[in-house]
Amino acid sequence: MLLYVFKRLFQAIPTLLIVITLSFFLMHLAPGGPFDGERQLPAEIEANLLATYNLDQPVWKQYLIYLGNLLQGDFGPSFRYKDFTVTELIAEGFPVSLELGLWAIALALLLGIPLGIVAALRRNTGLDYVVMGTALAGVAIPNFVIAPLLALVFGVMLAWLPVGGWNDGHWRNMVLPVVALSIQQIAYIARMTRASMIEVLGSHFIRTARAKGLSEREVIWHHALRPSLLPVVSYLGPAIAGIITGSVVIEQIFGIPGIGRYFVQAALNRDYTLVMGTVVFYGMLIVLLNLIVDLIYSVLDPQIRYDD
Amino acid sequence: MFLHLRLRPTLLAITLAATLTTLPTHADTLRIAIMGEPASLDPHKISGKWENDVVGDLFEGLVTEAADGERIPGVAESWEISEDGTVYTFHLREDARWSDGEPVTAEDFVFAFRRILDPATAADYAYLLYPVRNAEAIYTGAAEPHTLGIEALDARTLQITLERSTPYFLDQLSHYTAYPVPKHVVEEHGDRWSRAGNMVSNGPFKLQRWQSQTRIEVIPNEHFHAADDIALDEVVYFPIEERNTALNRFRAGEIDVAREFPTEQYAWLRDNLPDATHTAPFLGIYYYVFNSRDGHPTADPSVREALSLAVRREVISEQILGTGEEPAYSFVPPGVGHYDPAQLAFADMSQEERMARAQELMAEAGYGPDNPLELRLRYNTSEDHRKVAIAIAAMWKPLGVEVDLFNSEVAVHYADLRQGDFDVARAGWIGDYNDAQNFLSLLESGVANNYGAYSNEEFDALMREAAETQDLDRRGEIMADAEQVALDDSATLPINYYVSRNLVNPALQGWENNIEDIHRSRWISFED
Repeated sequence: MLLYVFKRLFQAIPTLLIVITLSFFLMHLAPGGPFDGERQLPAEIEANLLATYNLDQPVWKQYLIYLGNLLQGDFGPSFRYKDFTVTELIAEGFPVSLELGLWAIALALLLGIPLGIVAALRRNTGLDYVVMGTALAGVAIPNFVIAPLLALVFGVMLAWLPVGGWNDGHWRNMVLPVVALSIQQIAYIARMTRASMIEVLGSHFIRTARAKGLSEREVIWHHALRPSLLPVVSYLGPAIAGIITGSVVIEQIFGIPGIGRYFVQAALNRDYTLVMGTVVFYGMLIVLLNLIVDLIYSVLDPQIRYDD
Repeated sequence: MFLHLRLRPTLLAITLAATLTTLPTHADTLRIAIMGEPASLDPHKISGKWENDVVGDLFEGLVTEAADGERIPGVAESWEISEDGTVYTFHLREDARWSDGEPVTAEDFVFAFRRILDPATAADYAYLLYPVRNAEAIYTGAAEPHTLGIEALDARTLQITLERSTPYFLDQLSHYTAYPVPKHVVEEHGDRWSRAGNMVSNGPFKLQRWQSQTRIEVIPNEHFHAADDIALDEVVYFPIEERNTALNRFRAGEIDVAREFPTEQYAWLRDNLPDATHTAPFLGIYYYVFNSRDGHPTADPSVREALSLAVRREVISEQILGTGEEPAYSFVPPGVGHYDPAQLAFADMSQEERMARAQELMAEAGYGPDNPLELRLRYNTSEDHRKVAIAIAAMWKPLGVEVDLFNSEVAVHYADLRQGDFDVARAGWIGDYNDAQNFLSLLESGVANNYGAYSNEEFDALMREAAETQDLDRRGEIMADAEQVALDDSATLPINYYVSRNLVNPALQGWENNIEDIHRSRWISFED
């Protein structure tokens, strides 16, 4: 098992290298640079700024410099947020996105799985239609509609909860963004659980279990639940990576100091080091979470083993 | 959404009730929504507007701003200017102190000026200090740092020597590029001196905490010379990029001042929060650049004039945008000190007369139904810019102009402008300081921000003459003549003058709208 983990981590290195290389060159291909703005800088000032950040070097050389620094764990300084390094920005923002994301995932699992199971067990009844109809709406309505609506109703009109801000992670500030972030996930997970539960309930081993005379409750809890969660688990790997790295929409609308905004803003600002920092960080998280998902698989499904 | 629509009348009533009751007076903490995360709090590493809100509360220059934006003595209590306008001698106030109690000395200013002009500091705004003798030469390495025209005659006497007389220089000294920085702290902490815990400042407030992307907290600096007059106990700045979020938080009473509001909500705000909604003329111009380079149809002044004539500025301001901007018939916005803007010659003509004249000019230039003028119009991505571009393309249609619209994000847009890859392009300019020269210099030959490469010898000559004129009013007249030359030449297409938009808790006192939209927290207090 341990050997397997090491092997997987080792295999991740070329994957990450490809991600880094592709994003580095794509980013430099994009027109416009970090110092192109409404006012053009005098030539000598622009030249000096470019030299300060090694941007006057040929791109391949910049790439080698970047890789060299990265190997030493140095993501470089942010071009835009000059008082911070990229590492500091990620270190400050990630815990916020992580906390918010984990609550959202927890809420999504807590509501999504039971809703999916209920819908599967009451297939084609009114209850099923209500749950699945709501889930469909949840998938279809985008974040940027739900989030301002929540802020308007619960923050401005009813004044039950703060409209925005983080307030060092006070629970009152977290409610609306967590709900906004989890709605789509609840919907996805409910739909996935329902589909896979229906499939599992129709399989031979469930028929066997029922034939043994087990109660319906035992059939579902002990036999059907675990296999029907497999698709949800494999979905969770990338989904968690996506959620805990923050959502630009949610962070902007609720004023949350996470790292989600950097993915978009850094690209728009041509803040090259910050773009690369977030991409590399996200890539590493995906690799790590996929590995964890595979390990959980072996727990859920005894047929899967990793001891070569 | 459905729910929202059905409940609307009731919810609206609740909102109004809530709004009226939830604009609270909080225990003298002023909460300001600024429009983004500051790039830095080091006055030498910033170039934006919202940084100014914070840094201007933390530091004080030789000259500073009153509540209405007027310049008043800051660290300098008095000064003399030599007859030729090139040598300024400042007498620093005795009670000027850094927030750690150390005195602010002339040496701190010398240190700061040398630091911002040192290429190693990589300050994008260093060029604002180019009027100082040898500044540009030092930046480019052509002169030694110690030759910079700034000298501490003694601890409390500072002498600044300029390259040439620069009448707006005193105004510029209130800008953050001219703030002192604490030599003793910068030498101790290096690049990290501007972080909370390290930073020492000389302004009305001092930095307490900076949580990036969330909040910046400042408290009064007890060593500030006018500390007794500061009414607030704390100021918190919240960086909020999303204007609707700022509006919602203002409505919920979570912030006292929003430094911008969503333009599309202007009508609603005027009706529902009239006491809180502030719009005021602002030192900025929204205009279209004509590409004057050879090979572009807009190199022909009569084509430019025809295009300018056909644009119905009132329609754009009132019907297309409806966000309070005034239609522009000059390049320099009104309200600039010692300046009476020139005016486009056709400002008094009716729209019919303008269109007739435009048709004539187009025909003379050889364009017509059989030979339509094709133009590439570039704008940077934004809903308002798109609306204006479409409207203007439609206004040009009767002249037989066919417009290809291109939009791109802001970094690409300005990169393209620099390449000269356009016929007509959207641009804007916000004054760095309250002086007509700052706008008109955009039209001087060979200047970096002259995107259309407009060049007119008469204009350049007048601008040179103005630069050498000491008398401020006379200088203004000469610049107005220069502006008239550029306007008669249709150098650019002015569309509207910017306005500042703020939401201000009506319980605040000391907020005065001004053309530079500068509001220092030291003047603000809560009603009792």
